[in-house]
Amino acid sequence: MDTFEPVIVAFCCHYCAYTAADMAGSQRLTYPSNVKIIRVPCSSKVDALHIVKAFEMGADGVYVAGCLEGDCHFKNGNTRAARMVDYVQKYMDEIGIERERLEMVMMSAGMGYRFAQVATEITEKIRKLGPSSIHAAICRQHVDTCAVVVE
Amino acid sequence: MITAERKPLEELIEYVRPFKRILLLGCNECVTVCAAGGRKEVGLLASGLHMALLKSGSTIEIREHTLERQCDPEYVEELVPMIDGVDAIMSMACGCGVQELARRFKGKPVFPAVNTKFMGASERQGVWAERCQGCGDCLLGKTGGICPIARCAKQLMNGPCGGSTGGHCEIGDDVDCAWALIWERLKELGQEERFVEIMPAKDWRPGGGSGPRKIIREDLAE
Ligand code: SF4
Ligand code: SF4
Repeated sequence: MDTFEPVIVAFCCHYCAYTAADMAGSQRLTYPSNVKIIRVPCSSKVDALHIVKAFEMGADGVYVAGCLEGDCHFKNGNTRAARMVDYVQKYMDEIGIERERLEMVMMSAGMGYRFAQVATEITEKIRKLGPSSIHAAICRQHVDTCAVVVE
Repeated sequence: MITAERKPLEELIEYVRPFKRILLLGCNECVTVCAAGGRKEVGLLASGLHMALLKSGSTIEIREHTLERQCDPEYVEELVPMIDGVDAIMSMACGCGVQELARRFKGKPVFPAVNTKFMGASERQGVWAERCQGCGDCLLGKTGGICPIARCAKQLMNGPCGGSTGGHCEIGDDVDCAWALIWERLKELGQEERFVEIMPAKDWRPGGGSGPRKIIREDLAE
């Protein structure tokens, strides 16, 4: 399990977190390559279905990154996204995936450092949780091709 | 519209567990509008069922499809080419849709994925409230456009009960007293005299009291 590298999907709003990721890059800040960024025009553009599909495909963690409270480019997209994340967490309880694997975070476009810090913290948290039960089940079905260590 | 809510995943898993291949069927009408059983909810449920079953070591093939309407035989007929390839159908439509499937496909088990709730309207984004109970003899013309059958907890016909306080129903502060609403509306309309008219005891026969109801339009019926 020490070698476990989680797969993390980060839905990043174009107006904040995605630009912050860019900023982190130009400041030469490093963050784990486990985080796969998907740029979205607003955090509220992320649908419950996108998140659930990410877990179904084997993601170990997912986060949605939107603007700071009150700063949404589209007025209140970030607070709507946060409510959607709560809703999906309840669905995850039903499915049997730990809700800690999904998170809503907020940052501004200038927070390159925070972007790198959040990416690192979430990667570490998910690494401790281990592979998601879905990822592990997929691996049991494809033992020969899957990189995750299955106990 | 007819409103509905998805059933707990646990209950749905038990329905589909014995099968290898199911058709998960949404409906593009009411249940899409109240975000319970449209194309998107079909996708969400299919994913959830896949994952929950995968965790317990089993797999299932789920074919997703959404009909324009599930309560009309013309649309249900579209499913004929898909039916042979599946062991069971799970429907996200209201109870009318589920029953239409059961009537058309006699040999296939059909399961409801939602609990059908009530006929209602959208109060605001994400909130739906009961508005009509289909009593078959609409009173709205006499009650200022507010229904005492669907919106008064006691279905009173002649003014409020003693529990009406500050516009709220005695069952809870978050429920409007229908008769308080009716009075306010009649005042706005200058029709206060309607309030003192005594309404006779309601005949419940058109409201289902004499058994299942049917409408036959001779000019249209074949
Ligand atoms: S009076 Fe009867 S038909 Fe009219 S809204 Fe109320 S329940 Fe529906
Ligand atoms: S308080 Fe109003 S709505 Fe509630 S039961 Fe009494 S009359 Fe009906």
